[in-house]
Amino acid sequence: MTAAIEMVDVIDEPQVIEGRSPFALALRRLRKDKVAMISLAVIVLIVLMAIFAPVFAAVTGHPPNEQYRDIGLTPDGLPRGPNGTFWLGTDDLGRDILVRIAYGARISLLVGVIATVITVVIGVVLGLAAGFLGGITDTLLARLIDVVLSVPFLLVAIALVSVTGPSLTVTVLVIGCFSWASVARIVRGQVLSLREREFVEAARSLGAGDSRIMFVDILPNVIAPVIVYTTLLIPVVIVTQATLSFLGLGLPPPTADWGGMISESQNYYTTAWWFILFPGLALLITTLAFNLFGDGVRDAFDPRADRT
Amino acid sequence: MNEVLLKVDDVRKEFPTSSKEVVQAVAGVSLEVRKGETLGLVGETGCGKSSLARCMAHLYDVTSGSVWFEGRDITKLSRKAMRPLRRDVQVIFQDPYGSLNPRRRVGSIIGDPFSIHNIASGNERKKKVQELMELVGLNPEHYNRFPAEFSGGQRQRIGVARALALRPKLVICDEPVSALDVSIQAQIINLLSDLQQEFDLTYVFISHDLSVVRHVSDRIAVMYLGKIVELAPTGELFGQTRHPYTRALLSALPVADPDTADSREQIILGGDIPSATNPPAGCRFHTRCPKARLDCAAEEPVLEPVLDDRPEHRTACFYPLTVGEDLSTAVPDLRAS
Repeated sequence: MTAAIEMVDVIDEPQVIEGRSPFALALRRLRKDKVAMISLAVIVLIVLMAIFAPVFAAVTGHPPNEQYRDIGLTPDGLPRGPNGTFWLGTDDLGRDILVRIAYGARISLLVGVIATVITVVIGVVLGLAAGFLGGITDTLLARLIDVVLSVPFLLVAIALVSVTGPSLTVTVLVIGCFSWASVARIVRGQVLSLREREFVEAARSLGAGDSRIMFVDILPNVIAPVIVYTTLLIPVVIVTQATLSFLGLGLPPPTADWGGMISESQNYYTTAWWFILFPGLALLITTLAFNLFGDGVRDAFDPRADRT
Repeated sequence: MNEVLLKVDDVRKEFPTSSKEVVQAVAGVSLEVRKGETLGLVGETGCGKSSLARCMAHLYDVTSGSVWFEGRDITKLSRKAMRPLRRDVQVIFQDPYGSLNPRRRVGSIIGDPFSIHNIASGNERKKKVQELMELVGLNPEHYNRFPAEFSGGQRQRIGVARALALRPKLVICDEPVSALDVSIQAQIINLLSDLQQEFDLTYVFISHDLSVVRHVSDRIAVMYLGKIVELAPTGELFGQTRHPYTRALLSALPVADPDTADSREQIILGGDIPSATNPPAGCRFHTRCPKARLDCAAEEPVLEPVLDDRPEHRTACFYPLTVGEDLSTAVPDLRAS
């Protein structure tokens, strides 16, 4: 008898029971995904490179915009290949490509993250409003989504930049204002089915208002697809930013960014392969890492999806 | 016992369909819910019980008619004006899987009523939630768990805890046990009746299962195709069944004793429940009624005491059954005489 009571005591000992959230479970699956973890490591390296870009400049002794017309160029005025002083070679103005790639990572990541955040915030809020409020709001927003998706992005970007002049703000705004529509469409679709669920009616019967239901009850249920889409959106934004720079619509020179470097290499790559290869590789590795990581996130959040 | 808490007066609820027709989910229902009682509401799937429940809780705007709570017409109240009343009228939903938000922790789900009405926050809310969890038989330590980590019965307890958080006067139970195993059904029903005694609750208890309703209800309303066909105190509904539809429902109840089960009257209704977009004229049940006569198709019977019934026992039928009448041999006769 006493033994039984003691056992009960052991079981009844107060313990904090932490529920496993769907998010925590997804994180656990993600941690087991080798490809995703390697991609994450690469992403971390790139982020570190961006943060410690000044260290690259200090170690090599070459500031990013310093033109070494004497030691950085051949007597004919052509870029120099990789060597002991310039590890990844120089560009047409005798600047250190390695240091410029490191500084370029700052631009790519900054634009990638900020433009994506803007995109996702606008997309989620408008998608939620359209899907949940329905009626005239939905009709208007759904048409707006269609319009934004059908506008030729590059043409508008070129027109806009020719008016305002190239700058980081314009790049971010242009990307943000034209990418939200697809996020909004995804969120709207999810919300349309979620709002018919009984827990929404339950919230209403408790006296919850529209905004509370939207942000407290529905939003947590669309977070998973939004996170997946976000990780897959970052590389798209980085490439878009590089594209704009390549077309001369990015950042005004001499700021180092990858698209601009590739653009500058156009007249030299037949003789100076390193000039186009290394910035191109930086862009490729970054987008690949984000894409593979995004795939991993998608699999982690939706374990039923086929891994083919 | 006799004070009226909720009064439903000729409520209609129509839903538009895509093809410009309307579904008459509730087609003119009047009833009263008295303080402290349990009013059962039974009927087949699709007869409008849940729509009526949602009209009572003002989750739907009624098409016509009115709902009075404590002498106040709540049908025209805006969502904002309705908010204080939400504390007094609560709903327990049918599907314990659908009515709890899968992405939120149980503690915050049960805490919703407190945060929506700004009653308690922080540690005070947590304490209240844990008290509620204990009250409905859940382990308060599971405060941080997600709904997916509970069984169906436990989830329904969560739904009960949430509904009772603000000590409502009226709880509308919309098929609270239909989605549960029979053994769990009993637990939840017992929990509900314990809570009724403890907090002096009034229930509207909806179910398609007459045996469940019989067990919990003081009075029972039988619905068919958006209308109440018979409304009576539980004992009278079973003892002096007046409406052929009610009798048919009763005959479908399982009986534990196989000997009586074999000899028992079996009434099998022909056909399906007619479409609510185009309900039959006259008595809505005449297309399936074994006692149907020509005037049943022409005129609609009124819900009123029939034969020698007390005023509490009301039936909408021109040819009510007498006690002991054998319905299984009755034949409908819809020929013009």
